[in-house]
Amino acid sequence: MTDMVFGAQEAPEEEPILPQWWRTVDRWTLSAVAILFLIGLLLGFAASPPLAERNDLAPFHYVIRQAFFGVLGMMAMVITSMMSPRSLRRWSTLGFAGAFIAILLLPVLGTDFGKGAVRWYSLGFASVQPSEFLKPVFVVFSAWLMSGAMVRGGPPGKTLSCAVAVIVVGCLALQPDFGQASLIVAAWGLMYFVAGAPMLLMIGLAGAVVAAGTYAYENSEHFARRIDGYLNPTIDPTTQIGYATAAIREGGILGVGIGEGQVKERLPDAHTDFIIAVAAEEYGLLLVWIIIGLFLFVTLRALFRLSRERDPFIRLAGTGLAALFGMQAIINMGVAVRLLPAKGMTLPFVSYGGSSVVAAGITLGMLLALTRRRPQEDLGDLVGLSRDRNV
Amino acid sequence: MIRVPLRPLAQVIAARSQGLNPDIVEAERRAAVLRNRRSEERRRAEWRLWLLSGVFLLAFSAVGGKMAVISASAPTETRRAVAGEPIRAHRADIVDRNGVLLATNMVTSAIYVETRQMVDFVGVAEGLASIFPDLDAETLLEKFERPGNFHWIRSEISPEQQQAVHELGQPGVYFGPRETRIYPQGQRIGHILGGSRYEVQAARAAELEGVAGIEYQFDDRLGDPEQIDTPLRLSIDMQVQNATRDVLQSQMDAYGAIGAAAIVMDATNGEVVSMVSLPDFDPNDRPAPQGPDGDLLFSRASQGVYELGSTFKAFAAANAMERGVAGPNTIIDTRGPLTWGRFRIRDYHNYGPELTLTEVMVKSSNIGSARVALQTGTPAQQDFLRELGFFDASPVELPEARNADPLLPPRWSELSTITISYGHGLAATPLHLATAYASVVNGGLRVHPTLLAGATPPTEEDRVVSRETSQALNQMLRAVVSRGTASFANIEGYEVGGKTGTADKPNVGGYAEDSVIATFAGMFPSSNPRYVVVVSLDEPETFAAGAIRRTAGWTAAPTMGMLVTRIAPILGMRPQPEVLVENVPATTLASAGQ
Repeated sequence: MTDMVFGAQEAPEEEPILPQWWRTVDRWTLSAVAILFLIGLLLGFAASPPLAERNDLAPFHYVIRQAFFGVLGMMAMVITSMMSPRSLRRWSTLGFAGAFIAILLLPVLGTDFGKGAVRWYSLGFASVQPSEFLKPVFVVFSAWLMSGAMVRGGPPGKTLSCAVAVIVVGCLALQPDFGQASLIVAAWGLMYFVAGAPMLLMIGLAGAVVAAGTYAYENSEHFARRIDGYLNPTIDPTTQIGYATAAIREGGILGVGIGEGQVKERLPDAHTDFIIAVAAEEYGLLLVWIIIGLFLFVTLRALFRLSRERDPFIRLAGTGLAALFGMQAIINMGVAVRLLPAKGMTLPFVSYGGSSVVAAGITLGMLLALTRRRPQEDLGDLVGLSRDRNV
Repeated sequence: MIRVPLRPLAQVIAARSQGLNPDIVEAERRAAVLRNRRSEERRRAEWRLWLLSGVFLLAFSAVGGKMAVISASAPTETRRAVAGEPIRAHRADIVDRNGVLLATNMVTSAIYVETRQMVDFVGVAEGLASIFPDLDAETLLEKFERPGNFHWIRSEISPEQQQAVHELGQPGVYFGPRETRIYPQGQRIGHILGGSRYEVQAARAAELEGVAGIEYQFDDRLGDPEQIDTPLRLSIDMQVQNATRDVLQSQMDAYGAIGAAAIVMDATNGEVVSMVSLPDFDPNDRPAPQGPDGDLLFSRASQGVYELGSTFKAFAAANAMERGVAGPNTIIDTRGPLTWGRFRIRDYHNYGPELTLTEVMVKSSNIGSARVALQTGTPAQQDFLRELGFFDASPVELPEARNADPLLPPRWSELSTITISYGHGLAATPLHLATAYASVVNGGLRVHPTLLAGATPPTEEDRVVSRETSQALNQMLRAVVSRGTASFANIEGYEVGGKTGTADKPNVGGYAEDSVIATFAGMFPSSNPRYVVVVSLDEPETFAAGAIRRTAGWTAAPTMGMLVTRIAPILGMRPQPEVLVENVPATTLASAGQ
C-alpha cells in the first residue's frame, strides 16, 4: 500500500557488480592463475601430440580440448569469484550434497576406463571425475560447520564436520582413490588447525593418519606397491619415476629446447601426472621454478589475505581452498622428483584434464571470492578501538 | 552456561540519566563484544596461518630444491633395479670324485630386439636369418610387427654369432648377458646330471634352474650364493664311467639289444662309481619329455623296474645260511618238476635228484632255490628283502629314481615265495640289485646308494647278514663264475664272483617266448669284495655254439668280463694270483641258464 501512495522505494545506491568485482578482487592472483593456464597450454602443445598419435587423433586434439575446457574453467572461476560469501556457502552446501551423491552412485553408474578404479562418469564427449568437484565444496561446507561452532551456543560443528570428513574419505578410499582421500583429510586437518584446534589433538591426529596409512599399506596391494617403489633407494629407469628423473636431469637449467624432449614419448601420463617432467626437459629448471613460484605465490598470498580476515567462515573456507590448491601442486611435483610416493594427482590448471581444470577454476574462483577486499576494521585494531570498552 | 543478565540495570539507569536509549546502548555493547571476539579469534588464527604459510614455503622450496639437485646431477649409468629375490646368475660347478668337470657355466648372450629403436625391420630380419639358420626372415618380420616393443629372438647365442650380429650394425638389436650351463662330458653322464634351463628370464639376467637329476635334486645347493665357489663333488669316476659306457655300447651293438644298463658301486659304502643307461641323451640339448626323443630321458639303471631273474638266488641262499636252514654243503632236493597247485616249476635242465646249496647256485637250479626258500619261510624272505631295500624306491639322489617303486606281488603267497626266490614276481631297478648285492657281499653291512662323494661306511648297526654268511656267499658266487653259468665273466687275477639272471620279458597276459632281460650281478675280488657290478641287457641275442643264445651266461656274463678288464686297472687294482685252487671242472655253457 505504501508504495502505491508514495511510489516505489528507490533501490539503494549500489556499486555495479563488475566494477565492484574488479576493484575488490585479488588481481595478482587472477594474473598468476592466467599465466599458469597459459603455461599449461604451452606444455600441452609439447606433451600431448604423442598421445594423440597413439590414439589416432589430430596432433593437437588434446590441446584444443584443453583450451576449450580451460576457457570453461576460467569462466567458472570468474563467475564463482563474483559470488558473495553467503551465496557461495549456500551453493557449496547444495553442491556438496550433489557431489556426494555422485560419489555414492559411482559403483553403479561409473566406469573405470580399464584403470582398475571406478572414479569417472562417462558423458560420451568427456568424462567427469566427481571427486575433483567434491573437494572444494566439501571444504566450504566444513568451514561453515566449523564456523557455526564459534558462535556462542552454536551447534557442535567441528564434530559434525569431522564425521562428514570421515564418511567422505571412507567413500573415496573404497573406490580406491587414496590420493583425493588424503588430500581431503589434510585440508580438513589444516582448517581444524586454523580454527583453533588444541595442539595435543593435532599431534594425535597426525598419529591416526600414520596408523591409517600403515593399515592401508598392509591391506591394499595397490597402495603397498607404490610405497615399496618409493622406499626402494634405486630408481628403476624403466618406471615412470625413472623416466621423469632422467627428463629433469636432461633438461638442466635451460632445457633441451622446444619440442626436443623425449620423455613425452615414453611416459603414458606425460600430459597429466608428469607434466612437470615435460616442462623440466624442454624448458629447463627456469620454467619449473616459475611454475613453482606461481603456485607458491597464489597459496601464500591467499593465506596472507586470510590472516587479516575477521569472519571465521571466510577465513576457514579460504584456508581450506588455498591448502587444497597448494597441496595438490606440491604432491604432483613432489612425486615427479620422488620426494613423495607415486600418486596420481594432476597439477592444477597445467595438467591436461577437463574435470581437473574446471574444478581448479571453481576452487580458485571460490578462493578469489573469499579473498576479495572487504572492510576489516584494521584501523580499529591499530588504534585499539575494539578494546577500549571493557565489558 | 554462564548466565549473562539480559539488561544490566545499572547501565540502563546510567543511560537513561544521560538521556540515551538503553536499547541502542545495549546493541552497541553487543556489537563491541562480537567485534572484540572476532579480532581475538583473528589474532589467534593469524599466527597459525603464518605457520601454515611457512610450511607451504618450505614444501615448495623442497620441491624446487630437489628439482635443482636433479637437473644439476650428472647422468649415471642406468641400472635396472632388482625387485624382490635377486635372479641367480651363477651356479656352482659339478665335478666327479677326482675333480673332473661335469657341469659348469659359460658366459653367452641372449638376443632380443626393441622395435621402437629399429630403423630397418627388413634389414634386421634378413641379417638375423642369415646368421641363425633356424630363423627365417618372414617369421621374424611378422614378430617385429606384432604389438609391443620387446621381442626375444634367441635365449642363447655363441660369441661368434654375437660378433656377426654386431657386424650387421643395426640399431634396436640388443644382447642380454647369460650364463649357459655347459656339460663338457655330454651324454656320457646325461641321466645322472639331468639338465637345467632358464627359469626366470629377463633382459639383463636369467635364472638357471635344474629340471632333472642331480641338477634338480641339488638346485638350492648349486644356486646358493655362499657355496657358489665350492663345486658339488659326485661319487662318479668319469674314467670308469667312460669305460663302462664304451663296453656297454659295443656289447649292446654286438647283441642287438634294445637297451642296456650298468652300475659300478663301491661295495664298502654304496657310492655309485659309474652308472650308465643306454640309449642316453645329451644334457646340453635335453630332449623334450613329450617329444619324439622323450623316452631317451628314461634311465634303465635307476628308473626301470625289471624282474631280475636268477640273480635273486643269491638272496635265497644268503637268507637260508643266515637263518641256519642250510649251509653251503647242505644237500637240497632238486627232483622236478616242483608242483604247486596247478603250477609246475622246472629247471632249464634236469640236474639230477639232489645238489648241494653251492651247486644249486652254480647250476642255477630253480627247483633247489625254491625248496630252500620254502624251508626258510615266507615271512623270513619278506623281512630279508625288505632289509635289503626291495620294498621301497631307491633313496639315491635322483628325483626320478625316487618315483621308481619296486613292484611287489599284491598277495604274497607261497607261490610268490617260490618265484621270487629265483627272481620272478618282484620287479626292481638294477640300482636296487647293486645295493642289495653290496650289502650282502661286503661282510653283511647294509649300504645305501649315493651319488655324492664321501659317503660314510656302514657300521655294525647296519648289519643284515653275519660276516660268515657273507664270506660263504662270496665263495658260492665265485664258484658260479669260476665253474658255473657265468664262466665268461671269469677274468684271471680279479676273482670275479657273481650270478647270472635271465628273465623272460613280460608281455600282455604272460611272458614273451623269445625276448629276455639278461642280467649279471657280481663283485670283485670275491675274497674281499671292493666293487659290485650289475650289468643288464634288454633283449640281447647272439649266435654261438650253433644256436641262438639269449641267456645271461652268453650275453651279460661276457659283458661283465670285458667291463672288469677295462675298469679294474682304472680303479687301481692289480691282478692277483688266485689263492683258491679250483679243481672242479667248469660246467659246460650249454647248462647255463636261468
